[in-house]
Amino acid sequence: MTEPSAAFVHPYLPNSAPEVRREMLDAVGAASVDEFYADVPEALRLGRPLELPAPLLAEQDLARHVRGLLAKNRSTEDRLSFLGHGTYRHYVPAVVDEVINRSEFLTAYAGEPYEDHGRFQALFQYQSLMAELLAMDVVNVPTYDGYQATATALAMAGRLTGRRRVLVVSDVLPEKHSKVHDFVRVHLELELVPTAGGTADVAAAAARLGDDVAAIWVETPSATGAVEAALPALATAAHAAGALLVVGTDPIGYGVLTPPAEQGADVVCGDIQSLGLHQWFGGAHGGFIAVADDEALVMELPSRLFGLASTDVPGEVGFGDVAYERTSFARREEGKEWVGTAAALWGIAAGVYLALMGPAGMAELGELLLARTRYAQQRLAAVPGVRLGDDALHLREFTVDVSGTGRSAAELVAALRAEGIEPGIVVGEELLLVCVTELTGQADIDRLATCLAAACGTPSDRQIPQEQRA
Amino acid sequence: MSLPLAPKPAIRRFHQARWDEPVIFELSTPGERGVLVPAVEPGVRDAVGDVLAELPAGLRRAAPPALPEMAQMRVLKHYLRLSQENLGADLNVDIGQGTCTMKYSPKINDQLVATPQLTAMHPLQDPADAQGVLEIVWRLERMLAEISGMDEVSLQTQGGSAAIWANIAMIRAYHEANGEGEQRREVITTIFSHPSNAAAAKAAGYEVVTIHPDADGYPDLAALKAALSPRTAAIMVTNPEDTGIYNPAITEWVDAAHAVGALASYDQANANGILGITRARDAGFDVCHFNLHKTFSTPHGCGGPGSGANAVSAALAPFLPGPRIVRIGEGDDARFEVQGAGPQSIGTVAPFFGVVPNLVRAYAWIMALGAEGLLAAAETAVLNNNYLLAKVLEIPGASAPYASGRRRIEQVRYSWQELYEETGITSEEIGVRMSDFGMHYWTSHHPYVVPQPFTLEPTESYSKAELDEYVAALAEVAREARETPEIVRTAPHRQSVHHTHHDDLDDPARWAVTWRAYLRKYPEVAARLAGEPESTADASAA
Repeated sequence: MTEPSAAFVHPYLPNSAPEVRREMLDAVGAASVDEFYADVPEALRLGRPLELPAPLLAEQDLARHVRGLLAKNRSTEDRLSFLGHGTYRHYVPAVVDEVINRSEFLTAYAGEPYEDHGRFQALFQYQSLMAELLAMDVVNVPTYDGYQATATALAMAGRLTGRRRVLVVSDVLPEKHSKVHDFVRVHLELELVPTAGGTADVAAAAARLGDDVAAIWVETPSATGAVEAALPALATAAHAAGALLVVGTDPIGYGVLTPPAEQGADVVCGDIQSLGLHQWFGGAHGGFIAVADDEALVMELPSRLFGLASTDVPGEVGFGDVAYERTSFARREEGKEWVGTAAALWGIAAGVYLALMGPAGMAELGELLLARTRYAQQRLAAVPGVRLGDDALHLREFTVDVSGTGRSAAELVAALRAEGIEPGIVVGEELLLVCVTELTGQADIDRLATCLAAACGTPSDRQIPQEQRA
Repeated sequence: MSLPLAPKPAIRRFHQARWDEPVIFELSTPGERGVLVPAVEPGVRDAVGDVLAELPAGLRRAAPPALPEMAQMRVLKHYLRLSQENLGADLNVDIGQGTCTMKYSPKINDQLVATPQLTAMHPLQDPADAQGVLEIVWRLERMLAEISGMDEVSLQTQGGSAAIWANIAMIRAYHEANGEGEQRREVITTIFSHPSNAAAAKAAGYEVVTIHPDADGYPDLAALKAALSPRTAAIMVTNPEDTGIYNPAITEWVDAAHAVGALASYDQANANGILGITRARDAGFDVCHFNLHKTFSTPHGCGGPGSGANAVSAALAPFLPGPRIVRIGEGDDARFEVQGAGPQSIGTVAPFFGVVPNLVRAYAWIMALGAEGLLAAAETAVLNNNYLLAKVLEIPGASAPYASGRRRIEQVRYSWQELYEETGITSEEIGVRMSDFGMHYWTSHHPYVVPQPFTLEPTESYSKAELDEYVAALAEVAREARETPEIVRTAPHRQSVHHTHHDDLDDPARWAVTWRAYLRKYPEVAARLAGEPESTADASAA
């Protein structure tokens, strides 16, 4: 093999300078780096340069190129966004970004509890802060995202009960359902129990319970933002049948809403993106799983759990891995599922967020979200032809049925995009999922309502009879 | 005292920061605020009334969550102090975490992803408003297709193990589509492949067969052939393995798997030494994955987010997760659209498009280096590793089991067995003592097939001087093990905290995973923190 890279000196490659390279080769008695590849058969050698774009060797050229591509984006700072559906536009306090961009955290990985004491403490604190919000004693170091957290929570219920059926009693994001289904389908069968008025049909769920049901799976807020008011009844029914109540949730509302653990939930799980993480095009999700401090439940968790530990110095607090023998790190396929690089930095971010918000901040935010959600529901429902998808209590998201406007949801989205507004997500021919947060104020909601009314303007050519629109 | 100053010591007298920072709940001061939330507008309140009072019975939280109350700078200071008690890759010679490719994450890439043109993008915006990010992700997919030799790539998974899961999920769907789902119940892996290959296969419902190496540490082809059968769904292997040994018979492994109708899945966590040298598809693999946080430089973030890349042959492409990004048109007229998962897809494995900030970072890293740079990175990583190997073997008591007299690719799993037999000092104890010199050190995945193991992977990012420095620290600790073993046995000595007791972590009655659980289990601590007299706690304990 020739050595095309022999004179390729790059800032990321300190030992690429020819002199150093020669010195190191001499030190190990090798004529060229080719000797190190002696075990790679000739037939498998590529023998040509990879076909990649020409490099941008100077940092300034690289930056200009990437920034040029990103400049084609028009973000939610340029558009008035009412988009949710799993990724939410919340305010990220500056201190959160400051902390997680520290080199010491950003570039660390798997240090021991000694040289990485800070990482262990920061993640223990994340677990602890989430535990207060959720009123539960055990929270994991984050897994990948809320989809994975829910899939694992249900798999845990299956392992604990030895049963196969799961009753899905809420409206679930289709993508989340897809993930959960493929993850658990060897072990569990998901059965949809249709919702009534946006939330669980408790009687229908109870009728389908039996001694082969591992769990009732509730989502609150649901895929449409509906808050489940019947958790106690669902918990009672599930427990009477020997099943677990698994609650998927977004923690954003628990400054004011009763946490599911206080309403009978056995496993509470979901996503932490709302807690101090940017939208990042859907690329900043982390999953939490919370359980009671019950050995049987804890031992089913696949994730790492950081706990307090005493040290050789009396009274000093250190940290370490709780019940490490559960994990695939310790026991390969005999561990619970697997553990690996997941979303620790996002957990640190969420911890900083909760510390900044405090009890008052989370309470005020919860109230603001409830109030703005209700206000947006009122304003949009007042648009002729628009009505709410259901009458349930909603947090942050809700659906509107636009069938009375004579226009499809997709047509309305296109019309409002022309005004610089992302009005929501099309979740049915005539259903739009609208999301408000603390970043969409009264004036923004008023503008949405006004523009929606204008887009719904019903000139005669738009009044197409129902049967012709099918 | 006079100039000139003495030179710095050959081995650093490192000391980790020790701030004695309390757990954050102890810092709470009632009434302090870290950030404020906008008030409900009067117009909104007039319209909706008191939303809290109108909550249905039982839904209104009785007492606010017991989060700490802290002014903003106190929160900042607390976390910055914790950050100082953490040793990131930017600060140490981070070659001690073999298998994990702790290379330099260029700072420019962190700056590039911090723009609102990325952070404030919602994944369901009009694709016309997201052309920049869609183009970057699409381009990165094509680059990784070329680097792997595969046909199609998905970047949806958030880490290496998540990508391994997607690999086995696709394999499962493939066999089911061919009517062989019931028949093929086994997955074969090797003991020197990452444990997640075994663990994810088990989670997908498979029985796991683990092949051990031959006497010289090479993957045992005869053992593989004996294990393969019509029941085999796939082989899931790493190459080079975690020993740094490249399997010269890899084509025979793949061919043997194919001969019984099984698929071949390639864990490319250890790809850093073979970029531009050899490719997964050229060895016949059907699926593979890369860890972008290893080979392609994205930061490890204290344990994620990473990013996984699943690359597949055309035959497996219908099973890739969705959504997919497609390019319509060519050149300046090209635009990028989002398509849902196809009918045979395993569906969604993670939200939206994966860990987008890391996809942009990985794209920037490849664009900074190009084909020649990737090859230079691989060759430099391998040169560094073989240089390090020679230096480590000069330390009495250290050895590199297997493949004796042969070169390694990008890492080596070493052994302190000789030193252990001589001194009784274990590899774990040496690792803890290494932290006193400001160096991270890791042993091995479990089980310890290599006795008293340690695994070093120098990557391309560290200079010769830094490699020499790491080896000098190792040699110093080995010397201490012989001459002053108590120093090693009682380490750490220069860290934020001292040696911790694991029995607190394995006993369900004592473990404390959260602060609230701690206060519940240790009422005497709760009483002290609440300012109650000591005698109260003593009385309750008596």
